[in-house]
Amino acid sequence: MTTTAVAPVSAEASAAPVKNYLKQTTTIRSWLLTLDHKRIGVMYLIISLLAFFIGGMLAEVIRTQLLTPSGLIFHGGGAAYRQYNQVFTLHGIIMVFMVLVPMTPAAIGNFTLPLLLGAKDVAFPRLNLFSFYLYVSGAVLAILSTVLGAVDTGWTFYAPYSIDSNSYVVLMVAGIFLLGFSSIFTGLNFIVTIHKLRPRGMTWFRMPLFLWATYATSIIQVAATPVIGVTLLLLIVERVMGIGIFNSALGGDPVLFQHFFWFYSHPAVYIMILPAMGIVSEIITTFSHKTIFGYRFIAMSSLAIALIGFVVWGHHLFVNGQSAELDAIFSFLTFLVAIPSAVKVFNWLATMYKGAIDLKTPMLYALSFIVLFTIGGFTGVVLGALSTDVVLHDTYFVVAHFHYVMFGGAIIAFLGGLHYWWPKMTGRMYSEPWGKFACGLLFIAFNLTFFPQLVVGAHGMPRRYATYLPEYQSYMVVSTIGAYLQLIAFLTMAGYLLHSLFRGAKAPENPWGGTTLEWTTSSPPPTENFLGTPEVDVPYDYSLVEYDPAIGSYIRKEPVPFAEQAH
Amino acid sequence: MSEAVSVFGQEEIARKHLAHHFDTPQQQFDSGKLGMWLFLATEFLLFSGLFCAYSVYRALNPEIFRYASQYLDAQSGLINTLVLLTSGFTMALAVRSAQTGRKAVLIVSLLLTMAGGFTFLAIHAYEYAEKYREGLLWGTLYNPKLQEAQPDQAAIAKPVKVNLNAGWKPLNLMAQSGYAVSHSNIAPAAIGPAGVAPAQRPQFGTSTAPMPQPANVQLFFGIYFLMTGLHSIHVIVGIILMTWLLIRTIKNDFGPAYYAPVDFVGLYWGVVDMVWMFLFPLLYLIR
Ligand code: HEM
Ligand SMILES: [Cu+2]
Repeated sequence: MTTTAVAPVSAEASAAPVKNYLKQTTTIRSWLLTLDHKRIGVMYLIISLLAFFIGGMLAEVIRTQLLTPSGLIFHGGGAAYRQYNQVFTLHGIIMVFMVLVPMTPAAIGNFTLPLLLGAKDVAFPRLNLFSFYLYVSGAVLAILSTVLGAVDTGWTFYAPYSIDSNSYVVLMVAGIFLLGFSSIFTGLNFIVTIHKLRPRGMTWFRMPLFLWATYATSIIQVAATPVIGVTLLLLIVERVMGIGIFNSALGGDPVLFQHFFWFYSHPAVYIMILPAMGIVSEIITTFSHKTIFGYRFIAMSSLAIALIGFVVWGHHLFVNGQSAELDAIFSFLTFLVAIPSAVKVFNWLATMYKGAIDLKTPMLYALSFIVLFTIGGFTGVVLGALSTDVVLHDTYFVVAHFHYVMFGGAIIAFLGGLHYWWPKMTGRMYSEPWGKFACGLLFIAFNLTFFPQLVVGAHGMPRRYATYLPEYQSYMVVSTIGAYLQLIAFLTMAGYLLHSLFRGAKAPENPWGGTTLEWTTSSPPPTENFLGTPEVDVPYDYSLVEYDPAIGSYIRKEPVPFAEQAH
Repeated sequence: MSEAVSVFGQEEIARKHLAHHFDTPQQQFDSGKLGMWLFLATEFLLFSGLFCAYSVYRALNPEIFRYASQYLDAQSGLINTLVLLTSGFTMALAVRSAQTGRKAVLIVSLLLTMAGGFTFLAIHAYEYAEKYREGLLWGTLYNPKLQEAQPDQAAIAKPVKVNLNAGWKPLNLMAQSGYAVSHSNIAPAAIGPAGVAPAQRPQFGTSTAPMPQPANVQLFFGIYFLMTGLHSIHVIVGIILMTWLLIRTIKNDFGPAYYAPVDFVGLYWGVVDMVWMFLFPLLYLIR
């Protein structure tokens, strides 16, 4: 990839130094009303990390409860068990709708998308800010609902219980409705940006793979989220006006709710995993210092996953009153999704093969991702098979499956991306040894937490109960110890990242030897991203960067002047 | 567009509206247009959930839809269809006159489109009031008082009335069996050797024969109010958007070089029209 017009401008810019986006203006107001995609991304990051912290603490409560068969915190039945239901419901809602869905696309995506693309901003900066405030107001409604009377329906809001529950379902659902529209507008913004703001030379097949992943994600956001919107709207009118669509007492059908819900929520899991896969693609090629293997296959498999993901929702209803024919069709389609997922895994492995692998922290996260996501994907196929799902549905096996893909996949890759782009975002380096330590601890702790859940699930332990049979206790204790170790890993991470923010070494332009455009601008970038319009050639050409021991970082080899290049 | 920019002074206007991160006004316009189309796609998907619910329940309970749709006033539905079509035309005229820079025509056609929107809402409000008076509401509020509202349908309504007096409530499904005995479904004897008299021949949709009231009629009215209600909200939003356009027009904001907002609201209004073109036959006409 070649960049011209950058170097000459920066030379004359030294006369009047260009301020980076963090220093451009400093008032709180300038942040709250900013139209800069980088600042909006950072604000998303801060809020979704806060939400992640709250959701994580709720998880620790759940795990502590499950240390003993009769429950350590909530015991005695009735009201206490209902509180337990509230805790896991909030955990699920926060993690899915406030962390996973916005975190990678909106936080990392907002920061990196225009940078990777070579654009000055997203297509609609005002809409971008509006999305952010929709997200914030959705979160505020959710908090309000929690304070007034936390919902106890599970994050899936299944009717008819969500119609009868005497908690503040309407407020919570209205909050998620807003979060949904925030997600729609972000997706819309990104699609238009990728279509219309690619600079000269950035053809579709020269886009970094993270952009392909983001593009596929955005399609899902735009095409699936309106359906959850109308579903939640129906749930609201159901409770407020008694309209009867999901209420069998009034002639409605509660199973229709499940269809609507999963029509969104299955594609939504790909909203979480696709950008994660995009991040992993970037990290693997950068730290293998080798061009990506099978670029087109990775790009197209993102689209394939997005499209197939729309027609598999029925695998959540195998035992919920769906006809056998439909079950069989959905089971077959579910198996199909595993193919493009596997295509990606093989391509990553092939990229690393004979590469010069540099095991820096982001790379460790990418490797963890491959292991954990593969386990998660395989357990998904097990659940997609009808005969096994009849047994495993609503057991801890399902819980373990989706934690392997959502946490082991989406969150781990997000953390990889956070570490990968951290120098670009903040202009500071973090402590590499501590980073590796936290990643290693997290990997072990994660498996300690969730592998035992796969086992007890296969033994038939049902999910969403405050108590369990004593024979499962040893597994549950191991799982809880894992959860506590995870907390330590995350606190470590918070520690060294905060330290880096204030004391970290200044980050060079290209600390990892990346070849995509964001590494050609300063760390942190100026508000306009690039001093000039970047010109783009094929991506992932590692012959163009070389390590410079003098500055301990990578530099770009003298580019061939644009005019001399063959076209 | 390119020829339009050459009009004196227009270039300046185009530049004034160009955001910093776009290279050309054309790029900005194209981005806006793509964004608008995507947004309209999500609007359509929002309605598609309701269309889906409609299809599912219609497939499961055709008798409810056949029975209940006869209580919708197809005539006012038709008038509303015509009103919306006309307003679609005036909106297109507005876009055209913004492109050609005819301010007066733009103002008049925006006003006419808004008038169309208001007429639509007024007729709809009248329909809602009618349904409210007749007790033809959704879910728990369904409480039909048919014979006062539709004297010509007394024959249909009578048995319902009997049940009402017996304390019929939507939830009380048992009471409906009481209705079944009070009315016979057996067709009257044939008149003459020619066979069944035309009036008694079972006909879908156009039958004037008394139809027994099936269970769960409230489901139809639930769907009716949801779909038309969500649509009416979109009409209201459209009117607000047009007011905004009107103010900007008066401030001389639009011309051949910059008319994107008019264009985009035009697209929006087109989708609002189109959704109604589906709603009208599905709810009012199909029996
Ligand atoms: C190879 C790909 C995958 C397959 C074949 C698959 C299959 C399945 C099946 C069949 C179920 C239903 C189990 C049941 O309830 O009985 C399920 C549940 C679930 N999966 Fe996956 N899955 C895959 C990937 C993913 C990914 C990537 C994510 C998220 C990032 C995910 C998240 C979930 C969630 C959240 C649930 C259950 C939610 C609940 O019931 O509360 N899955 N999966
Ligand atoms: Cu699924």
